[in-house]
Amino acid sequence: MTKYIQGATGDWEIVVGLEVHAQVISESKLFSGASTKYGAEPNSQVSFVCSAMPGMLPVINEECVRQAIRTGLAMGCQINLRSVFDRKNYFYADLPQGYQISQFKDPIVGEGEIVVDLEDGSTKAIGVERLHLEQDAGKSMHDQHPDMTYVDLNRSGVALMEIVSKPDMRSAEEAGAYFRKIRSIVRYAGTCDGNMDQGSMRADVNVSVRRPGEELGTRTETKNVNSIRFVMQVIEHEANRQVGILEDGGTIDQETRLFDPSTGTTRSMRSKEEAHDYRYFPDPDLLPLEFTQTFVDGLALHMPEMPDTKKARFMEDLHISDYNAAVLVAEKENADYFEAVLEALCAKTSKPAKDLATQVSNWVTGDFFGALKKLGKTVSDSPVSVTDGAELLALQVDGTISGRIAKDVFELMLSEGKSPEVIVEEKGLKQVSDTGAIEAMIDEILSGNADKVEEYRGGKDKLFGFFVGQVMKKTQGKANPQVVNQLLRAKLDG
Amino acid sequence: MTDFTKLALSEARDGLKKGDFSARELTEAHLKAMQDAAELNCFIVETEDQARDMADKADHMIKAGTATGMTGIPVAIKDLFCTKGVHSCSSSHILNGFKPGYESTVTANLWKDGAVMLGKTNMDEFAMGSSNETSYYGPVKNPWRAEGEEKDYVPGGSSGGSVAAVAADIALAATGTDTGGSIRQPASFTGLVGLKPTYGRCSRWGMIAFASSLDQAGPVTKTVRDAAIMLESMAGYDAKDSTAVDVPVPNYEASLTGDIRGMKIGIPNEYRMDGMSDEIETLWQQGIQWLKDAGAEIVDISLPHTKYALPTYYIVAPAEASSNLARYDGVKYGLRVEGDSLDDMYKNTRAEGFGAEVKRRILIGTYVLSAGYYDAYYLKAQRIRTLIAQDFARAYEKVDAILTPTAPSAAFAMGEKSDDPIAMYLNDVFTVPASLAGLPAISVPAGLSTEKLPLGLQVIGKAFDEETVLKVGAVVEEAAAFSAKPKIWWGVK
Amino acid sequence: MSVDKNIVAKIANLARIKVGEDELAPLVGELNNILDWVEQLSEVDTDGVAPMTSVVEVNLPRREDQVSDGGYRDELLANAPTSEHGFFAVPKVIE
Repeated sequence: MTKYIQGATGDWEIVVGLEVHAQVISESKLFSGASTKYGAEPNSQVSFVCSAMPGMLPVINEECVRQAIRTGLAMGCQINLRSVFDRKNYFYADLPQGYQISQFKDPIVGEGEIVVDLEDGSTKAIGVERLHLEQDAGKSMHDQHPDMTYVDLNRSGVALMEIVSKPDMRSAEEAGAYFRKIRSIVRYAGTCDGNMDQGSMRADVNVSVRRPGEELGTRTETKNVNSIRFVMQVIEHEANRQVGILEDGGTIDQETRLFDPSTGTTRSMRSKEEAHDYRYFPDPDLLPLEFTQTFVDGLALHMPEMPDTKKARFMEDLHISDYNAAVLVAEKENADYFEAVLEALCAKTSKPAKDLATQVSNWVTGDFFGALKKLGKTVSDSPVSVTDGAELLALQVDGTISGRIAKDVFELMLSEGKSPEVIVEEKGLKQVSDTGAIEAMIDEILSGNADKVEEYRGGKDKLFGFFVGQVMKKTQGKANPQVVNQLLRAKLDG
Repeated sequence: MTDFTKLALSEARDGLKKGDFSARELTEAHLKAMQDAAELNCFIVETEDQARDMADKADHMIKAGTATGMTGIPVAIKDLFCTKGVHSCSSSHILNGFKPGYESTVTANLWKDGAVMLGKTNMDEFAMGSSNETSYYGPVKNPWRAEGEEKDYVPGGSSGGSVAAVAADIALAATGTDTGGSIRQPASFTGLVGLKPTYGRCSRWGMIAFASSLDQAGPVTKTVRDAAIMLESMAGYDAKDSTAVDVPVPNYEASLTGDIRGMKIGIPNEYRMDGMSDEIETLWQQGIQWLKDAGAEIVDISLPHTKYALPTYYIVAPAEASSNLARYDGVKYGLRVEGDSLDDMYKNTRAEGFGAEVKRRILIGTYVLSAGYYDAYYLKAQRIRTLIAQDFARAYEKVDAILTPTAPSAAFAMGEKSDDPIAMYLNDVFTVPASLAGLPAISVPAGLSTEKLPLGLQVIGKAFDEETVLKVGAVVEEAAAFSAKPKIWWGVK
Repeated sequence: MSVDKNIVAKIANLARIKVGEDELAPLVGELNNILDWVEQLSEVDTDGVAPMTSVVEVNLPRREDQVSDGGYRDELLANAPTSEHGFFAVPKVIE
């Protein structure tokens, strides 16, 4: 179902392409041996090479090559056994060489396709045009001094993978889903941490509009958008802005724009037309990059498990539901947390994984994710450790506490930060399963509510719940519900 | 008492080994010569104290028995090489005051072998020139003058300071760099031996880049034997240079057997050019005869794309240079001329920092890479370059080496060609093809012009066959018995 | 192909070199001389000829992923015309 913008003069279709820049996970930079660690003192991770001193030369980092290939494999793209590094020439304060080493005509990875899941349950295939390796630029800071810009070259030369989509997206939702999927894929592949706050991943958003069925319109490019939500906002804003102009009879300027998160709008960057002539030519300091299919196959063999494979395994081997499996594999760290808790639980209870997996997946996708959402946290800064999660579930599996009590214990874990076993001890929440004790209490309650017993035996079945409630109240909720049920039935019906 | 400055490098080496004199004595003699010849303007920077320290270290090495062929040898270093803590500006104002925190691989190799640095030599700015008239630090004067004249002559370029220093006996040897002929042509203008090795033989790390696919470091020396000794020290694989080739460095001196019997020497007919002077043709014929007399077989060959080499070079080299020189922007090092904005600062800095020839080449280079012109110019030139390389490859199926003149004339007077860039470019007509093909080539002094100025002959070899190039060069040298020296007319200043 | 003042001005801007109005005319002449001279290359038949990528047949050497460089900020800034608090400093850029 295509989503159109309803203009005064008719419908407009939105066309979106994304260029995602993903910083490669590696120890050192693409062409220099300086460190890539985030957050270092300015210019402390810069070598003579990446600061473009006279006479310096690039030497390629083999891990960056492997990471690009892995990403291509993870996206199901064609891997090009021969690719070329080109110089993209332009002047800017954070570009010390006066050119960026990138790949123009012959990138390391070619075409492929990403399938995204949309909210209405449908899926859509979004084409990938290519992936190429290039150097990141340094950082310019314009707000540290009244008339000077400060330049930090720590980031200059760090390896980036530029993933270019085909202009296949037709709405903000599709673009958001695509960006989310790319992020998930690179995190799964271990080639980029997808950390947008730190700038390891960002997108340039290309937006144009057209009458359905017609030629592509002029597009604008909004650069360096660093969240999925912002990407969607950019598209909404840009598409509507362009429709407004076109409806008024104007034309769209092909230009570069910047997104302002505080206003949710885009604005034009100072005119950079001349900057478009990058005079690409093959870098004479580097030879073409070539490797064999055997090399690629070797990397494919050792790839980490990708989401689709993992989901299938969860369903087939662990017998968990399609829905739960899909939710868990959407983010690698969630799937990892689930499996870690499951493994710990199996160890604690000595039961096989397929017997426990559903319970664990229900808890993770239910109470656990619910708590994370409420606290605004993610698995990586989770307030509940794997050990504690497994412990909480183990206490239920062995009958120490009921599912109802477990929910209370979980709340206390979050508020007090203590482990479930400690909480159960301290608060005396152990389930009472002692049939003798429960029987005694039931007798007390039944004798104290003789009239209700009569009514129940007379046909008011609903009163069963009343008796259960009374037992629970008397035991402060600690009575084992199954035992209570069993004994009550016996006493009332038998 | 020996005049140490009149020795050849090999003689100095032998004398030091025998203990006839010390490295320190040798260096002192050359430091004095450097002072006495200031008028030639060979040096931009003199490193006297450092030279003395290095000479002392060399004496230790000699005593310890760890001396090599270059130990204790006073050498001049072209300003294009980054020498740690010492002015390294490629004779350009835009690198004003730049002192690198690193040493180029080639010079590091020389220092490891115990050589001594006298100073940094003058050159054409960013190695762009054939006469050393484009330097920010003023022109270099050729120690050679035409007979009976008091005019200043150019030493050739871009390694003008290096050749003048060796020709005037200030240094026993010098490093040069050759992109289109910048070692060979000036060596030819000053009666010296100049060798451009195979592309990838020496590391380019720490060499201020002009044209990345063409630049090569090489020795400028008084004899072929000296060049062999020096090349062995300079050459070698360097993992920091992705275009350096991992081939072992042989004992080049050992290839100087003098025996070229049965060797096939190619004479390319396309090097016989319109308007070539008679004396060059005569010298070439003389060279052919020398090699025949030594037992070589002379073979006529054709290198059909020769005439396109120069225009090809003048597209490829400026294109690469326009990109290589983009880093000179006033931000990280060198000259900065302030401006109202960042772009203004760039434009002012680069306008003031670069000389006219450099600007011209940057503009040509920028143009031939720009949108719409890339295919017609740069791509076309790179294809023709392949054809030129293929011409050589085909010739080498029939011959072992090629003999040609080095330059179309002897040295010319200062200012004579500086108004016409293309007339200046034509100086490189014989040297550029070997550069484009990346092949090793040597210029050997072979005779004198009618004005009694030196003329050289060039031997071009197969890739990584510097041994043959040196061997054949040595035969030419022996036969030519070039012993003329410039009459000293220069002084302190 | 030839250039005129406008083209030279555009190229000079791309190359970030300030060229004064009075310098433009002579530059046009000089550049056109060179361009006329290199025009002869169009006579050469280069169909099917690959552009030269390297002089010798070698593979692009690759380096191990290790931190082997950097961490010497003072040396890096030693030659800078202007530096402040560990940063390179340039005239302010307004985006």
